[in-house]
Amino acid sequence: MSNLSRDDVAHVAMLARIQLEDHELDRLAGQLDQIVDWVGQINEVAAADVPPMSHPLPLVNVTRPDEVRPSLTQQQALANAPDPEGGRFGVPRILDEE
Amino acid sequence: MTATTDRTVPYADALTRYEPVMGLEVHVELSTATKMFCGCATEFGAEPNTQTCPVCLGLPGALPVVNRTAVESAIRIGLALNCRIAEWCRFARKNYFYPDMPKNFQTSQYDEPIAFDGWLDVEVPANEAGEPPFTFRVEIERAHMEEDTGKSTHVGGATGRIHGADYSVVDYNRAGIPLIEIVTKPLVGAGDRAPEVARAYVAALRDLLRALDVTHGRMEQGNIRCDANVSLMPIGSEVLGTRTETKNVNSLRSVERAVRYEITRHAAVLDAGEKVFQETRHWHEDTGITTAGRPKSDADDYRYFPEPDLVPVAPSREEVERLRATLPENPAERRKRLQGEWGFSDLEMRDVVNAGAVEVIEETVAAGASPAAARKWWTGDLARRANADGVAVTDLGVTPAHIAELDGLVTGGRLNDSMARQVMDGVVAGEGTPTQVADARGLELVQDDGALQAAVDKVIAANADVAEKIKGGKVQAAGALIGQVMKEMRGQADAAKARELILATLGVEG
Amino acid sequence: MTARDLTRLTALQMADGLAAGEFTSVELTQAHLDRIERLNPSLNAYLLVDAEGALATAANVDAARAAGEDLPRLAGVPVAVKDIACTRGLPTTAGSRMLEHFVPPYDATIVTRLKDARMPILGKTNMDEFAMGSSTEHSAFGPTRNPWDLERIPGGSGGGSSAAVAAYLAPLAIGSDTGGSIRQPAAVTGSVGVKPTYGAVSRYGIIALASSLDQIGPCARTVADAALLHEVLAGHDPMDSTSIDAPVPPVVAAATGTRDLTGLRVGVVKEIAREGYQEGVSRCFEEALQHLRDLGAQVVEVSCPHFVHAMAAYYLIQPSEASSNLARYDAMRYGSRTTPEGSPSAEQVMAASRDAAFGDEVKRRIILGTYALSSGYYDAYYGQAQKVRTLIAGDFTAAFEQADVLVSPTTPTTAFRIGDKLDDPMAMYLNDIATIPANLAGVPGMSIPSGVADEDGLPVGFQLLAPAMEDQRLYAVGAALEARLAEAQGGYVFEKAPEIEVQA
Ligand SMILES: [Zn+2]
Repeated sequence: MSNLSRDDVAHVAMLARIQLEDHELDRLAGQLDQIVDWVGQINEVAAADVPPMSHPLPLVNVTRPDEVRPSLTQQQALANAPDPEGGRFGVPRILDEE
Repeated sequence: MTATTDRTVPYADALTRYEPVMGLEVHVELSTATKMFCGCATEFGAEPNTQTCPVCLGLPGALPVVNRTAVESAIRIGLALNCRIAEWCRFARKNYFYPDMPKNFQTSQYDEPIAFDGWLDVEVPANEAGEPPFTFRVEIERAHMEEDTGKSTHVGGATGRIHGADYSVVDYNRAGIPLIEIVTKPLVGAGDRAPEVARAYVAALRDLLRALDVTHGRMEQGNIRCDANVSLMPIGSEVLGTRTETKNVNSLRSVERAVRYEITRHAAVLDAGEKVFQETRHWHEDTGITTAGRPKSDADDYRYFPEPDLVPVAPSREEVERLRATLPENPAERRKRLQGEWGFSDLEMRDVVNAGAVEVIEETVAAGASPAAARKWWTGDLARRANADGVAVTDLGVTPAHIAELDGLVTGGRLNDSMARQVMDGVVAGEGTPTQVADARGLELVQDDGALQAAVDKVIAANADVAEKIKGGKVQAAGALIGQVMKEMRGQADAAKARELILATLGVEG
Repeated sequence: MTARDLTRLTALQMADGLAAGEFTSVELTQAHLDRIERLNPSLNAYLLVDAEGALATAANVDAARAAGEDLPRLAGVPVAVKDIACTRGLPTTAGSRMLEHFVPPYDATIVTRLKDARMPILGKTNMDEFAMGSSTEHSAFGPTRNPWDLERIPGGSGGGSSAAVAAYLAPLAIGSDTGGSIRQPAAVTGSVGVKPTYGAVSRYGIIALASSLDQIGPCARTVADAALLHEVLAGHDPMDSTSIDAPVPPVVAAATGTRDLTGLRVGVVKEIAREGYQEGVSRCFEEALQHLRDLGAQVVEVSCPHFVHAMAAYYLIQPSEASSNLARYDAMRYGSRTTPEGSPSAEQVMAASRDAAFGDEVKRRIILGTYALSSGYYDAYYGQAQKVRTLIAGDFTAAFEQADVLVSPTTPTTAFRIGDKLDDPMAMYLNDIATIPANLAGVPGMSIPSGVADEDGLPVGFQLLAPAMEDQRLYAVGAALEARLAEAQGGYVFEKAPEIEVQA
């Protein structure tokens, strides 16, 4: 049984902002279905009472003092920008505000 | 886009059939010197993209480090809102793509907020319809830490708004500034006063946050931003209706108006037997209506997960108690206490609060002035001067100590009111302390009774008709003579004393 | 000494030779640059060579030495940096078209440390795109070739660094290891690679793959050389919240100390040491165990039952974190922008740019990770993987009660042929079966060459694992075994590599 259909892959790709071409979908969908099927084995491994481990180190409370450090210059900030304009980053039209 | 105007029903009518339920989400920009996760300055109004670094620009390889002061502010806010403070909590990534968000995820908190389960008692004042003041307890769901986004400006198109714009330009100076999001539980039971409760809550929260000194608290600059969730429940029902979220309502008046508008709009939809559409709404200050924004959709799958580049925040109980000890008195309670101590009427106190003069009057009283004199100066003469110059009353160069000193000179009998105002002119002009100004300008009531008596005698002699009237019992006619005596004395006399002497000379009982 | 002789020295010998005034850093650096110029067209180990910058640093060091200045131990010894570390003013691509023209305005902390150590940086080495891969075939700029056989892969993702070291194009190089990207390339190129304890080396300025797994470490030809570079790289960095604030373990002392392993308990991890290995790999492993016994160690078998689930947990956690870490590559602020026809929205430009500039493996993992984190699947996938991580860490804790170090072969096979596994992602993933558990638990690991497989004449790697913050154990045991093997085999494994034929 398929875990991950071609449509699922297209949908998830759009969530991840990747506009897959049809031929890419053909190639990736099958591979991803196989991978998802394989990683899905993990579902039965750990009991409910096992705590999740998000981090290898047991560190807490790592903070810095509220002291200003030098910023980049505007020129440095924009040096890699595809479309700088008037000290700002030019971007294509934005569909709707968050 | 063509915005169709939604139907509404009259407000009072809507309230006969529905109970409004509100949820308020307030974003507070902290006034820390640096951003939440990097050392960039947070100064308002800097040149675009001059307060950015690899971290807040989301450059490859950059990593966040938490601002300690921001965490302390979050804890203090939580404590001031009577919240519980988490013993252990984490940051989480909220993943969504948007050009003003450099990493395409917002570092926020998800199911482990730093503060939760609190409340704030809100005083809702009497309204124009004559309904009485009351206290409403707003239950706080949570307060959590997150970061602000950059700021886009939309270029081209007919309106300069986001719709129809040709493209946008983005400034990331604001990206990464610390935000605290404060979320209420659903607020039920306010009935027709719900919009007023919303406004009073945001006002009380603003005052509290300013008293905590954690934010500049300027709503017009976006330091405090409010999203208002509204839904309606048919009266008698206990099922919550579909809610809408009106975004970025950024003044107290707008909060009240937006909630009121949404109530009338929801009621019209429900009356027509239709369903309220779950969506975000945009508030339009000019027309006083909301319009549909983005519907809730798949794009809201934020894929939260614990931020692996940061470690948990685990404030010790000692640390929490240390921060609790730094909390100022709740502003509403404090005002009540001070009003009692100062003996001000409700009206007088309201003027003081509106003038933002509570602190300065407190300091002036502490410096030795009488509360009445402190109030008179700060909300009267000095407020007018400040207003005329377009500066804050505290920026005139006059200190609480000056006022106390001046008040001492008046009550000690050295100056009268008009001389005190002349002294104030000198203090504002930077000529020195009140005593120095009075000395330099030679302002001093004449203490020599002989000189005053001579002036009184002279004036009585020149105004025999008036003197007769006074003798005949028209004591109020003395006013005309007092003016002349003062003129004779070139203002350097105590008017009350002059009156006393006039009456005594004429053998009349004051 | 000839230029060829200079490149054949170990880093330690180079440092000593420089200190003794036998040759200059400019001579040493130029010898490497010459060799790079000759061989890199065949190997494609370097994506960028900074001859000017390296020689400037070298000249500077020579002048300082001539002036009698006190210099750091490795001053003047050149180094190669994986193209995953940001270098101010030098293009940094992470092997991706997306960053083909990206020039960072800042240095990664480890680059600052290399500069503070006054090591000439020869250039930036090739890698699988965003470190996703085990063969360097997923680089957008062409595969790196294995110096032992140009038709074979040099491992990945850090194939460029390991190939450079193995081919004498650098004595030392920087690697990054998320699931084995330092150790696996070391194994298949006959070199040494170390993944330190998670948090031992700053990640600031390292292009992130999976934040909770990534760790930077040294690539070298000998254990002692790796230790020298380890000490340069390691140490607390306030710019990295996950950086360990504790003294660096004494790795150089360990690597140059006693060769006697009497009393050492060596644990063979049953689940990753005994089955599914190529014959020559198994034979080299068993021989190495015998050498350890000869050195006085006691070899015991330990079981880590949850290691069998490590691969699945890894291929959920790593793509999930990667999907989020790579979201910033949207061509709005930097990166390669692709604008579709018409008047596209920002959203459409992002989606088109990401499709055009990311390779297949990156897309596969981003989609997999996005799926694993999406609502309704989080608990079954990401959440569950985090629990398995707890179980794996628990296995390590239990195993380290029975043994001081754990061992396994580093990889199931020797270097495979370029193209062999390119269309079979699952087969590619299995190369990291023995290296992944260390990343999940955050413990340090090392791969040293233990011999050459009879059947193909290719080098074989031996993996050592130690408890967190006990990195020096790897160096002590690794150096002892390395010396013993060199004695038994008549020289170091890396010396057996054939000279590379320059392609016409
Ligand atoms: Zn910054």
